[in-house]
Amino acid sequence: MNLLTTILSGFREIRAHWFRSALTMFGVICGVASLVTMAAFVKGKENLLRESLAQSGGLERITVESEDDLPDYQKHLEDEIRGITLKDVYALRNNAPLVYNVTPIIEKRSFRSDLRVTRKGKSTRYTLLQGTWPESLDIMEHEIEHGRMFSDIEDHLAKNVCVIGTEVRNSLFGEYDEYGETIVPIDETIFINYKPFKIVGMLKEYMTEEDRKKKEEAKKNKENKERGFDWRSMRYKDSNSRRSMIVYSSKNSSILIPLNTLVSKLDSSFESGSKMDRSLSELTMKIFDVSLLEKSLQQVRNVLLRTHNGLEDFEFETQESFADDITQAIYNERTSGMFIAGICLLVGGIGIINIMLSSISERVREIGIRKSIGATNLDVFSQILTESVVLAVSGGIIGLISSPFLIDALASYAPDTTPPILTVESMVIGFSFSAITGSLAGLIPAIKAAKLDPIEALRYD
Amino acid sequence: MGDLGEVVGAPAAEGHKDIFQQNKMPLLELRDIHKTYHLGGETIRALDGVSLDIDSGEFISIIGPSGSGKSTLMHIIGCLDSPTSGTINLDGVMIHNASARQLASIRNKKIGFVFQFFNLLPKLTVRQNVELPMIYSGFSSKERRERAMNALESVDMEDRSKHRPSQLSGGQQQRTAIARALVNNPKIIFADEPTGNLDSNTGERILQMFDKLHTEGKTVMLVTHDPDIAAVTPRRIEIRDGKIANEIDPKLSGQTPRFNIGTNN
Repeated sequence: MNLLTTILSGFREIRAHWFRSALTMFGVICGVASLVTMAAFVKGKENLLRESLAQSGGLERITVESEDDLPDYQKHLEDEIRGITLKDVYALRNNAPLVYNVTPIIEKRSFRSDLRVTRKGKSTRYTLLQGTWPESLDIMEHEIEHGRMFSDIEDHLAKNVCVIGTEVRNSLFGEYDEYGETIVPIDETIFINYKPFKIVGMLKEYMTEEDRKKKEEAKKNKENKERGFDWRSMRYKDSNSRRSMIVYSSKNSSILIPLNTLVSKLDSSFESGSKMDRSLSELTMKIFDVSLLEKSLQQVRNVLLRTHNGLEDFEFETQESFADDITQAIYNERTSGMFIAGICLLVGGIGIINIMLSSISERVREIGIRKSIGATNLDVFSQILTESVVLAVSGGIIGLISSPFLIDALASYAPDTTPPILTVESMVIGFSFSAITGSLAGLIPAIKAAKLDPIEALRYD
Repeated sequence: MGDLGEVVGAPAAEGHKDIFQQNKMPLLELRDIHKTYHLGGETIRALDGVSLDIDSGEFISIIGPSGSGKSTLMHIIGCLDSPTSGTINLDGVMIHNASARQLASIRNKKIGFVFQFFNLLPKLTVRQNVELPMIYSGFSSKERRERAMNALESVDMEDRSKHRPSQLSGGQQQRTAIARALVNNPKIIFADEPTGNLDSNTGERILQMFDKLHTEGKTVMLVTHDPDIAAVTPRRIEIRDGKIANEIDPKLSGQTPRFNIGTNN
């Protein structure tokens, strides 16, 4: 008996009892649909988190910050603390070959009220001012969309130039002009702590792929024109997603100016003395090879211990913990989703076993007839097994077809979750799970049918 | 050997009349067949030493009351059951110790069954029912269709090929079953009470059909409890208590006992 004939007779069997078959399939439909839907939501979240990890510099980026709290055995040396200085930057550049683009950063935040960014009576709500070197563009994963980054010469000469994020532009200029065109305020002047700065470049707008799509759609619909697209309307409830949104929003709210400019023109706390001794907010760098993270950290530590006279007044911050959090969160969600889908499939499978058992007890005579005209035990076995697989796989396919609708329905019901992404991978897994369920469920009934004695079966009424 | 080939190869119209041919190899050879069942500690001897030869082209009936063991005999010869002891040679194959798989293949290719209750599959059409044995012997669907239509033609059922069994009369169902039994061109056809569920006129037609098959050279074995039905066959074997109680064989006696066996029993 060839496979095609067997499969066709399986479909005939389903059609003959379509209502019963539909009820039986329902469990598998639910199982596969929930599996695929769950995978889509987890994937959506994972993508969001991974994108934001990459946006904040990826695993290669490490940051060194000052640490006022010394280890116990150095407590008595607390007044020796000088924090991170430009000396450290040069020392690392010369002596730590496992890292590159060592870049100093001094940060000022508007909510600490020592920073005001204004223009024509407008001011920004939240701004992150960073005095740094041009290399920070690469390290912070910044991209300039309009204009240019300030240069080393401008840094050296402490010029009043700045590169702004789109959120700064939105606050000071608005996003669109009266013709609906995007405003590009290159060569305009803004005031940072009442000192004029020329805008030489504007960063691109950072947002998740999904948000970008939504924004483009909204733009097409000519909505949000006056207000501009407000990323703050995108609120995510769980902490990981919120954390990733902060990555985007703080990048959009950045103003980058040359380090020298910040130190010599904006820093009221800066007294006389060497620029080299000015303490930095942080210094940041990239490592060449993520697999050498531990060694690289050790190397940086050794260099810094030397420049700090053995004082451990600094600490490392890597993205590893963020990456671990992502992996853990995704693993948790995936496990719980798999558990639910697994239960659905188990219930569906038991439904199939049940219906196949009752189906063969209705068809004992048929099995007897088939055997009397030459069906082998294997023929009968594969017939019943195929019927079961056909039943389950049909349910699986219906589940796959219905999963996009289920995803849409759930996404519109709960719009503040991360946008789901339907993957082919999850559909393949869902489909194979339905096939496996079908074959496992068909096993017992098929063995039972194959074992029937033809004489008994022929006599059966 | 030329002699033998001629006899086996050309049993045709007057095969049963060729009563002087004693040295040909039988189609079916049973030697000392025993079959015992154990039912609740009791041992039932369904067959108790049956030996029997059936030649190709014979038309024979197995007769006996219910419980005599005739059905058991048919099941054993029909490869649905195996004997407790004894040997069976069907067309050169020792079926008493064949595997289940071999038996299925023999049932498929060498044996055709016709049952009292027709045993057609109600979900399939007449043609699909007739095609069923060929599904298990691996014919292409085109070949299956052709051969099924030929078989249906031979029982005058070709115009009903798209009907379901439930839309047919008993006689038509039985003719369909005969077509199904014939379709794989078997060596022997077993008919188990083929008229038991039919009125006497229809039953008569079915019996005529078997007679026609026999004259066309088929080997046919009728199993029945009714002596009147058994009377249509030249050779009759009566089973009682698992043994051959009486046998009328025109080859041995020379008589032509048509339609008179009923009075003997």
